[in-house]
Amino acid sequence: MKFPFFVAILATLGHMPSSAAAELRGTGDLGVIVERAAGRVQIVDTSQRTRIGEVAQLGDLSHATVVFSRDERYAYLFGRDGALTKIDLLTASIAKRLEQAHNSVGGAISQDGRLIATSNYTPGGVKVFSAGTLDLVADIQAAYGEGQTSKVVGLVDAPGHRFVFSLFDAGEIWVAELKIGQAPVVQKFKAGKEPYDALMSPDGRYYIAGLFGEEGLAVLDLWNLNAGVKRVLPDFAKGDDKLPVFKMPHLEGRALVGDYWFLPAVGHHELWVVDRRSWQIVKRIALAGQPVFVIARPDDRQIWINYALPDNDRLDIIDTRDLAVVKTLKPGKAVLHMEFTPKGEDIWVSVRDDDTVVVYDTETFEERARLRADKPSGIFFTARAHRLGL
Amino acid sequence: MSKGSWVAWLPIAVACAAEDPSPKRQQELANLLQQDCGSCHGLRFKGGLGPPLLPEHLQGKPDILLVETILNGRTGTAMPPWRGLVTESEAAWMVERLRSNKTEP
Repeated sequence: MKFPFFVAILATLGHMPSSAAAELRGTGDLGVIVERAAGRVQIVDTSQRTRIGEVAQLGDLSHATVVFSRDERYAYLFGRDGALTKIDLLTASIAKRLEQAHNSVGGAISQDGRLIATSNYTPGGVKVFSAGTLDLVADIQAAYGEGQTSKVVGLVDAPGHRFVFSLFDAGEIWVAELKIGQAPVVQKFKAGKEPYDALMSPDGRYYIAGLFGEEGLAVLDLWNLNAGVKRVLPDFAKGDDKLPVFKMPHLEGRALVGDYWFLPAVGHHELWVVDRRSWQIVKRIALAGQPVFVIARPDDRQIWINYALPDNDRLDIIDTRDLAVVKTLKPGKAVLHMEFTPKGEDIWVSVRDDDTVVVYDTETFEERARLRADKPSGIFFTARAHRLGL
Repeated sequence: MSKGSWVAWLPIAVACAAEDPSPKRQQELANLLQQDCGSCHGLRFKGGLGPPLLPEHLQGKPDILLVETILNGRTGTAMPPWRGLVTESEAAWMVERLRSNKTEP
């Protein structure tokens, strides 16, 4: 009877993380870089500015995004091909993985960290899983019209155990309340033509969706759902034609600076400054091209902007005190994404076609490091774990 | 051939056959196809915001329609016009590549 016991001991040793023998470490300064074509992610240390591990065999990561567990130990990776992978950052290994859709664009983690939701194109809808086991908890089909289903975009978590998301084809915003053991309670709102993405205010109150099929933005106030969706629209000058959009803007939190939202326009080469009280567009800042990401530094003093083709080799930095572009950087070809360290002293920038991630000091704009990465796209740091709507 | 007569044949040569881009340009276009077209159509062309572009989806659609879609976009959809970023013969080369499902640059 000793044999099975002996085997059990060996099995346990085989599964012990390699870091158990090494120093203990925290995960608060860790992050993930998506290597979109290689189907791999790098795990990086933002204090040391180095790679500490990698996880491979993750499928099609062409639009992969990441959210983090509440304890900052795990990254949940949402792959374009519909794969959902729970990655252990400390052991650089896959804790759990499943195929949950054919085509997926992102996901979110709930307010209490217990649920993971996925934003799916095919089949159109949102699926909800236990964050621990990845067991399916709910399947919300994005049905509309006469038996049609819509692509789902702009999925975020919200207070009150809710997820908020937009239906691109249906032109709607849905608010789903999810409690374990109960069926989801879903409220639906007409938003506007083709909401293509959305973000949440830092307090989890305002959900802002960008519209592609018509001008303007759609805003839902979660404290006043009865009021429905509000439209935010600039006065357009005559002859203000829409320009071709080679890449949609990607709305991602961190866009509220004091009393003003800084939001990318779609089809216009400009940034819209929106007063958060009146929802009026108070300023339109002309830009070099179609903005994709518009992200505020954690201290709100700067806004960093990257662009779609053909201007996707540059970064512009706006000083929020003067509302002017104060610096332009050219890190290389195809600047896809950027992520600030939690208090914003550094920014990490993925430069896809140079197979590089560049780390800049955000005060001096000096390069602090260059890391090799295979066609890097998204960069995500664990501090996101404690932000509503990220 | 003298320079003059070579130039006279050029428009016909372009019209008759999609002249292959230079190897360096081919590399750039293959990268554009996979990475930038792939942003909406999927890195493996299985679709995303845009429809899938695998050979079975392109079957029955004439080259001229696909080249025209690349150059002029599709009004009312998210497909932008790429004219100015790629030439007509480059668009034809990209269509051929999609039809043969060569996805790696």
